[in-house]
Amino acid sequence: MSFNIFMQNVVNGLSLGGLYALIAIGYTMVYGILRLINFAHGDIFMLGTYFLFYAVAIFHLPWWLSFILAIILTALTGVLTEKIAYRPLRNSPRISLLISAIGVSFFLQNAGIVTFSGIPKAFPRPDIFKKILIIADIRIQIVNINAIVISLLFLMILLYIVYNTKTGLAMRAISTDTETARLMAIDVNRTISITFAIGSALAAVGGILWALKYPQINPLMGIIPGLKAFIAAVVGGIGNIPGAMVGGFLLGFTEIMLVAFLPRLSGYRDAFAFLILILILLFKPDGLFGKNVQEKV
Amino acid sequence: MTLLKLNNVTMRFGGLTAVDSFKLALKKGEILGLIGPNGAGKTTVFNMITGIYSPTKNSIYFRDENITGLKPDIIAKKGIARTFQNIRLLDNLTVLDNVMIGVHLHLKSSLFSAILRLPGYVREEKSLYTKSINLLERVELGDFAYEKAGSLPYGKQRKLEIARALATNPELLLLDEPAAGMNPQESQELVNFIRQLRDQFNVTIFLIEHDMKVVMGLCERILVLDYGVTIAEGIPQEIQNNPEVIKAYLGVDVVNA
Amino acid sequence: MNKKKEQLLTLIFVILLAALIWLAQNYFDKYLIRILNLGFIYVILAVSLNLLFGFTGQFSLGHAGFMAIGAYTTSLLILPVSQKEMIYLIEPIIWPLSILEIPFIIALLLGGLFAAIAAILIGLPVLRLRGDYLGIATLGFAEIIRVIANNIPQVTNGALGLKGVPEYTNLWWSAGFAVVTVFVIKRLISSSYGRALMAIRENEIAAETIGVNLTYHKVMSFTISAFFAGIGGGLLASLLTTIDPRTFMMFLTFNVLIVVVIGGLGNLTGTIISAFLFNFTLEYLRPIENGFSLIFFSVPKIPGLRMVVFSIALLLVILFKQKGILGEFEFSWQRIAQIKNSLISRTSEGGEL
Repeated sequence: MSFNIFMQNVVNGLSLGGLYALIAIGYTMVYGILRLINFAHGDIFMLGTYFLFYAVAIFHLPWWLSFILAIILTALTGVLTEKIAYRPLRNSPRISLLISAIGVSFFLQNAGIVTFSGIPKAFPRPDIFKKILIIADIRIQIVNINAIVISLLFLMILLYIVYNTKTGLAMRAISTDTETARLMAIDVNRTISITFAIGSALAAVGGILWALKYPQINPLMGIIPGLKAFIAAVVGGIGNIPGAMVGGFLLGFTEIMLVAFLPRLSGYRDAFAFLILILILLFKPDGLFGKNVQEKV
Repeated sequence: MTLLKLNNVTMRFGGLTAVDSFKLALKKGEILGLIGPNGAGKTTVFNMITGIYSPTKNSIYFRDENITGLKPDIIAKKGIARTFQNIRLLDNLTVLDNVMIGVHLHLKSSLFSAILRLPGYVREEKSLYTKSINLLERVELGDFAYEKAGSLPYGKQRKLEIARALATNPELLLLDEPAAGMNPQESQELVNFIRQLRDQFNVTIFLIEHDMKVVMGLCERILVLDYGVTIAEGIPQEIQNNPEVIKAYLGVDVVNA
Repeated sequence: MNKKKEQLLTLIFVILLAALIWLAQNYFDKYLIRILNLGFIYVILAVSLNLLFGFTGQFSLGHAGFMAIGAYTTSLLILPVSQKEMIYLIEPIIWPLSILEIPFIIALLLGGLFAAIAAILIGLPVLRLRGDYLGIATLGFAEIIRVIANNIPQVTNGALGLKGVPEYTNLWWSAGFAVVTVFVIKRLISSSYGRALMAIRENEIAAETIGVNLTYHKVMSFTISAFFAGIGGGLLASLLTTIDPRTFMMFLTFNVLIVVVIGGLGNLTGTIISAFLFNFTLEYLRPIENGFSLIFFSVPKIPGLRMVVFSIALLLVILFKQKGILGEFEFSWQRIAQIKNSLISRTSEGGEL
């Protein structure tokens, strides 16, 4: 493989990794706070792309406005799902919560098929995203650069919120110990809503970038990226935000490299992520950066 | 005869030394107490003996056999049973089931004969049932056989946990704070109960306890642990007057003050 | 109630069930027979998952993987040789699969066996993981199986899948295996082995210190569960007559999991009822998306609407019935006698008033 092709793959891997990281945040934050594997998160990601599609292609709004609207609407949907389907089960067995998440996932996918139709739609792309940059023989799609820059930007904002604001402190407190956090007068419900809003907003950003990269959308498009991002969250140590970012980049990068170096195995691309996951769990049962929570005897 | 021997056993968690060069020779039939302030490493000693942790250094011998690093279920089969500081019953199962599982480890029937209910299995299950009911009667829990373990009052839960340990037919019984949360009258009853156990079931008892009345009234010999190090050993009177022990518990040098 | 009487009642029950199956197989319409078949297959799948999750406390999301192994094994062994020559378009099928064609029952049992072997291989390393991590790892295993099925066309025919699998599954097979599954698992959980499994569910550390070998019992539960999942997969393949890797997506596991949770964790009676409830609900919701006309207006075909309604129903059930449809009730002749007695005493009291 020549150097320029290799570099193209590096850029490609990083941009895919950035998208996984953006989605993985939502899984990891919700797990940290509710101990819930939110199977509906991949479908929230899908909704983000459709909101943008409708804003741009149907209502002909300007791009910047559509972008903001799509993020806000997706965040609201995320908050709403928590209020309706998860909050009433706060004190129930965790498996009820998981089934509820599966129910929400089924609902969003099929409501998507009913309202948007199951036929894939071509996603509109502004011209600048179609361009290809050539630096010293290396051909780089602008959309990949954008994906890397935008995902890093949003990840920075997130880290700032989580580690430097009062809301972030409240989130971390709840994920450490919900009951004590409540006793410390932290508004648990409000913080959980904010968590869902942030996680869903990032998923929307990820979804939109995804659709700009692979410009075709359908109501079931969230399943596979959702699953992969979820793996990334677990690989990084579920509940750990920087871990989810590292996991996302790691997974995206190795996935692209696998296809690039071993094209014969490209059919196994989706299994590869799971193989990494199982191997990491066997050697580090709490993921790469997870806290080692052992039961005290 | 020495039943259990720990040779300068050390347990480290990362940089923290929880138990340092712990030495112990437990004689068959004795009741030995292990005391010390919170965090002294008492439960860690139990966890090493029962195989939940594997010591970082040196070995543990049970009946002259090296049991270091064996898995808990193997150690249970060799004849060491225990209770837990925070009671660990099988809450959603009946009192009877809790005890019957304890006897389970001595069963020989195969899975196949269990599913087909072959005569050998049925016979074994029957004798298991009789043994368990008998055991429950002996510890005065017979009336509660079909209640859920989790719904028993606290004192009875402690008793059931001891009964379950006895069901494995142990030679050595480790009790982790059996009197925790009991009022003076209950703990006095417990002292009598444990003494009876030793005589009736022919077990050696090693216990951790904070209630000094229980320890002094029950134990024939006492070990004191502080920051993972054994600071005293002797009969109850000796321990009561040992300045090192008083210092460990009260945190000041009472004798010199 | 004594043991003789209970056995007699059970015998009568089995005879009645057999009569009912005979009646259904011969006189019911094809559609209803299909739903009943699905119901019985889901009994097999859900009861076996309940053994692992409800009784042993091990959270597995790998059921679809074991079903896939059973389904592919069974289908490849019962597909007529001529059919195999026809459908393998990507690459020809490898020897000896190309010439094998064996009786259904043996193929089914081999399917179960292969699933069980896979369970031992994957279970030994993976069952050390706890809680959600175990669920994620087993989900990963199921997805890997699916990807492999996609990538070995000389065996599985890849993404094209297998078409024209002989339709041997009928109510005798599905109900027969459902009865065997329930019998074996019921016997297992009420034996000393079952108590050991439940001890693991309740408290692993306590179970270990009273002599329960965790690895052995977990792997045993996992293996038995996978065996029946494999059988269920085989029956399903021969009912659907067409399978491909997409048949075994994680949604299949989710469906089985839903049946288990709605039926109640550790509740066999509830699981059986919920298996039928699930399939009847799904099938009878079908008309609403196929379009229909009322007197004055007609509703067009709306794909997806059925699953929208279904997911709303699922959410309502899970929000309002968290302990399963039956709560703690478990069927036994004793319980039935108790209920009957309490009803009689209540009515006789009423009579006196």
